[in-house]
Amino acid sequence: MTKKSSDKLWLSGNEALALGAYEAGVKVASGYPGTPSTEIMENLSKYDGVYTEWAPNEKVGLEVALGASFVGVRTLATMKHVGMNVAADPLFTSAYTGIRGGLVIINADDPEMHSSQNEQDNRNYAFAAKLPMLEPCDPAEAKEFLKTAYWLSEGYDTPVIVRTTTRIAHVKGQVAPGEKTSSSVKAEIVKDAAKFVMLPANARNRRKFLTERMKKLSEFAETFPENRIEWGDGTRGFITSGISYLYVKEAFPEASVLKLGMVWPLPEKMIRSFAEQVDELFIVEELDPFLELHIKAMGIRCHGKNFIPAEGELNAGIIKKAITGEDAVDYAPVALPPRPPNMCPGCPHRGLFYSLSKQKVFVAGDIGCYTLGFLPPLSSMDSCVCMGAGVSAVHGMAKALGEEGMGKEVAVIGDSTFVHSGITGLINIVYNDSYSTVIILDNRITAMTGQQPNPASGTNIKGEPAQMLNFEALCRAIGVKYVVTVNPHEISETKKVLKEEINRPEPSVVISRAPCVLIPSEKKRLKVPLCTTTENCTGCKACLGLGCPAIHWVPVTPEEGAKMGFKEKQKGYSEISTELCNGCGQCAELCKFDAIGIEEDK
Amino acid sequence: MSEQGNILFCGVGGQGILLASEVTAYSLLAAGMDVRKSEVHGMAQRGGSVTAHLRYGDKVYSPLISLGEADIVVAFEMMEAVRYLPYMHSGSKIIVNTHKIYPPAVATGKMVYPENVLDELTSRDIHVRELNAFDIASEVGEVRAVNIVMVGVLSTYLPVDEQVYVDVMHERIPERFRDVNIRAFQEGRKTAAV
Repeated sequence: MTKKSSDKLWLSGNEALALGAYEAGVKVASGYPGTPSTEIMENLSKYDGVYTEWAPNEKVGLEVALGASFVGVRTLATMKHVGMNVAADPLFTSAYTGIRGGLVIINADDPEMHSSQNEQDNRNYAFAAKLPMLEPCDPAEAKEFLKTAYWLSEGYDTPVIVRTTTRIAHVKGQVAPGEKTSSSVKAEIVKDAAKFVMLPANARNRRKFLTERMKKLSEFAETFPENRIEWGDGTRGFITSGISYLYVKEAFPEASVLKLGMVWPLPEKMIRSFAEQVDELFIVEELDPFLELHIKAMGIRCHGKNFIPAEGELNAGIIKKAITGEDAVDYAPVALPPRPPNMCPGCPHRGLFYSLSKQKVFVAGDIGCYTLGFLPPLSSMDSCVCMGAGVSAVHGMAKALGEEGMGKEVAVIGDSTFVHSGITGLINIVYNDSYSTVIILDNRITAMTGQQPNPASGTNIKGEPAQMLNFEALCRAIGVKYVVTVNPHEISETKKVLKEEINRPEPSVVISRAPCVLIPSEKKRLKVPLCTTTENCTGCKACLGLGCPAIHWVPVTPEEGAKMGFKEKQKGYSEISTELCNGCGQCAELCKFDAIGIEEDK
Repeated sequence: MSEQGNILFCGVGGQGILLASEVTAYSLLAAGMDVRKSEVHGMAQRGGSVTAHLRYGDKVYSPLISLGEADIVVAFEMMEAVRYLPYMHSGSKIIVNTHKIYPPAVATGKMVYPENVLDELTSRDIHVRELNAFDIASEVGEVRAVNIVMVGVLSTYLPVDEQVYVDVMHERIPERFRDVNIRAFQEGRKTAAV
């Protein structure tokens, strides 16, 4: 983030949003990491004068922001699209209370599911919760729209949602820094029960306010400069927003375009007038026919999802082909071995999943790096729905199957995910008395999103020391009598413990604890890579069962094998890439022929 | 300046594709062009196949390259060069690091790494430049500088002076890695000059 000669910065959408929050005078910001939203809070934490934190989950984050707003400071909550589901409870009622200090929620959708379990379109939340939503098309707009959102929030007494998608969040472009603004609201405690205490009598009054507010916002939408028409030729007219606007400009540079900076509520008069002045109207949007449905409900004829795909992300080529039939593609794909993501060399999860793969149980999984335990050769995850679902689901299985199911299913959940949504499920297991076993994959960090600290890490967002949540004590306090901690790199011990706890006729928790190899302190640790000796390797492939990226199979011809002194049946040997190996030792423990060890020894 | 272009970087998560695309983007910006770049973070980064899209010109709208529209592809791994064939068009240029990284199915002996995989490119109207950037980076003394070797080769295809890149690296790369990276960049340029 350094200045260029033109004074413009080169920023990602998320970096631009952090700058926007700083320039808007945000004082308190809370969020939970989630791709593609994570870097907003990470970057904002580097600015002076703004308090930032990682909350245990998105609901807590939004409620923190709401509290800060109630006492009159500008405040921000950040989350990915599925995080909005978790925060939906306070979201819907915050629409009723309104705000004192400006409150903005940044919601990052993930069309194409680059790093998500579903592809929900969160514009629907703006409609359902009756909240205004702004949608920028690039990093420069992201920053400006966030500042506008605070102005709107305080001007109309409403939380405002700013929606991004992966191609805003993780796109880099030029952004001009701007003036720092501030709120005219005074930071103080103000008691206002009619506004803040949402019991039926008060809520019914606020419901009326909500209708009035939406009417006013609809009027504002008609004159909002970011809802703008770029006139071109009148044969084809496009209504679009966000990243889709850029794709339309690229695919049809000469067409007329109505770009909506605010996607809810809609400027009906402007849309109607635009529709009348073009021969054919196309609505171009990723995912749901959100604009299309609401525009059709106005009685306006238009094309939309009859041409434009409703699944996955768009690009200029897809839009052009959908509308004109022209296809720029010269070459078809070539069949190749797939290259899915994989756990890192030395990842502690690998040892746990390898041990678990020997138990022949249904593994109710969860969201995190460890979801990769699903992939072969470990193939040790049988369900993955949402944060916390594994812990609750395994109890449902136990209740459904009764004694028949004992020892046949287990839940796995990461440390951060357990804090996010797993604790209540574990309380349910104990309270409603099932024999379920929960494995907490404790790698000391929220890994998948890029090593953010969590309540069990012992540090806060700035890396300062923080109270460290004690899982063993927590589980015992919940009432779990059997809480065992293992080091997943020690495979035979881990296997033994898993077998015992999974078959136990009472609730139990196994804490699989070893740090993520990408934690800065682990990265600094001196690694002693292992290597294989071909004299000892029998080609049994036991080590390959780990699926470690540092180990690969080297096939040999019978002649080569004979030269190397292999038995006739041996078809190759395992080799370790020393530049990739982290020296975790899992493979060495699996090798029965003493073929894997530290280089000096071999 | 009327020069326009779409550069697709592809390879395996962890090969330094983001830094390579950053250095390239900063250099094009310093040369006065509009630039947009798109990346993917999160799950996609864990050793999987990854890309970064970089587009430059007078005025760039979309941050994404559509299929059939990549003018230059910078492939950090040999098989990945072929995976992104649908992004190339007749006349596309591709710089290929011939270093192989085995995907899980190959590493575990379930599938084989395709032989002569680059024939898929050379048999079509695509200009292929091969080099083993891993070996070059090793000779320079830093295997992690593969990405900057690739930037060095790429720089010979772009309308930006060598000095601009060097200045960008002085500004962007921490001092302890700087000299080795600048050497890697220059070695990359040299292979292109042959």
